[in-house]
Amino acid sequence: MTAVLTVPASLDEAQFESVIEQLAAVPTEAKLLVDARHCRFATPYGLTALLCLAQSRVERPDFAPPEDEQALSYWARAQFFKYAEELYTIRGTVPKRAASGDSDVLLEVTPVNGNEDVQGIVRRIQEKAQQILNTTLDLEPRSTMGFSMTLSEAASNIIEHAGRGGWVMVQRYNWAKRRVGRDVVQIAVCDAGMGFRASLEGSRARALADRWDDQTALEAAVIQGVSRFADPGRGQGIKGMRGWVHRIDGKLTVRSGTARIVPIIPDWDEDVPLQGGLLPFPGAQINVIIPRRMAPP
Amino acid sequence: MSHIDLSVALDAAAPEAHHHLVTRRTGAVVRTVIERQIAKLAEGSVAVLDFSQIGVLDRSCADEFVAKLVLPLTMERPSRESYVVLVGVSEGHLDAIEAVLEAHRLALVVRFDDGVTHLVGTVSALERQLWECVMARAGAAVEEAAEAVGLALEEAQATLEELVRRRLLRRLDDAFAPLGAPA
Repeated sequence: MTAVLTVPASLDEAQFESVIEQLAAVPTEAKLLVDARHCRFATPYGLTALLCLAQSRVERPDFAPPEDEQALSYWARAQFFKYAEELYTIRGTVPKRAASGDSDVLLEVTPVNGNEDVQGIVRRIQEKAQQILNTTLDLEPRSTMGFSMTLSEAASNIIEHAGRGGWVMVQRYNWAKRRVGRDVVQIAVCDAGMGFRASLEGSRARALADRWDDQTALEAAVIQGVSRFADPGRGQGIKGMRGWVHRIDGKLTVRSGTARIVPIIPDWDEDVPLQGGLLPFPGAQINVIIPRRMAPP
Repeated sequence: MSHIDLSVALDAAAPEAHHHLVTRRTGAVVRTVIERQIAKLAEGSVAVLDFSQIGVLDRSCADEFVAKLVLPLTMERPSRESYVVLVGVSEGHLDAIEAVLEAHRLALVVRFDDGVTHLVGTVSALERQLWECVMARAGAAVEEAAEAVGLALEEAQATLEELVRRRLLRRLDDAFAPLGAPA
């Protein structure tokens, strides 16, 4: 018996929760069909999280790609199918891998399995996206380096703590009609590894905690900068990301297990700072939204 | 002073990094290379680490490379007397360097592109005052420094000795001398 998971028409961070909801009702070892036929839009978070979903299954799931031509073409340009073909059995045909000529895809879906992958990601962003970042986001040189640093730290988090590979993608959007009212760049860094709670299991924070769950583990790591290592220099990566995102009026969200934390909620958005008791999803999923710098009044 | 171009060291140790100092592993590899180079220098030498050709520096790498390079040099009884000065540091690099030095309560002498030398990291107001006094004079005896900042001789002596232990000043006979160019 194959369980069918329906991918919503618009697959962003919020809508991916509906996929997790459906997933929670299916035993880990059950055969799965991820049905994206009616999906017309997906963000980097949605695409990378779909790959994590497949990684988390015992049996290789099936995947029905979008029927919408534009969506199908975008998913191919974003290199989603290049990796989805390794993790899913694709039902139907998908466009051949095409080099992305899409200037809005600043970094296609990229695997993170080791040190060289993080170096490659930083190199490609510095080479390909530097000028776009300057013009799209109007970032100062110091902030442009902050962008690469954020990407590098988030990807490093996978190789240091996840215990298995993950995925990164970066995309530019024109959000003139949304509340933020300007261009934004989204970074998604997702893995299906052990997650923050398991990673911090041997930490001092765990030893001192009265209550220990995904929520307290996320708070310890993201807000207090706690690491599984006692070294005071550890935990600097997330702290640096948080500081930079705050300085440039961006938004950072981290989901792990059954919890989600939003340490930076900018004025242009609304969200819940900390949530526990969500339906479980393995690993850690980081989403960063960086809006274009506002001209000083 | 011995000039060490970090981009050359990085090319030799991790060519795939393409002049970007990112990830802990890269930091550890480069630190090992630099430690070997410093070990070859004469006792009491100043190693000038040049960041001018380095692109991105993230905090994880800075912690593994910069902080862990400096920590053993500043121990109570270090295995050798070596000093480190950073040059060619951009504003983007500074964010990572400052954060990791503060996490370990360390400080370093950094010379910026405008030629001005600063103390970066964790330093007390008194340490900074005395350090600037020695820098402005391109070296000073304890009596001169104590008088210039209005301190008792013993307190000035103790603070200056602490700056030497932290590898932010050098002892030169009876006086204290800067590591880099005077401000």
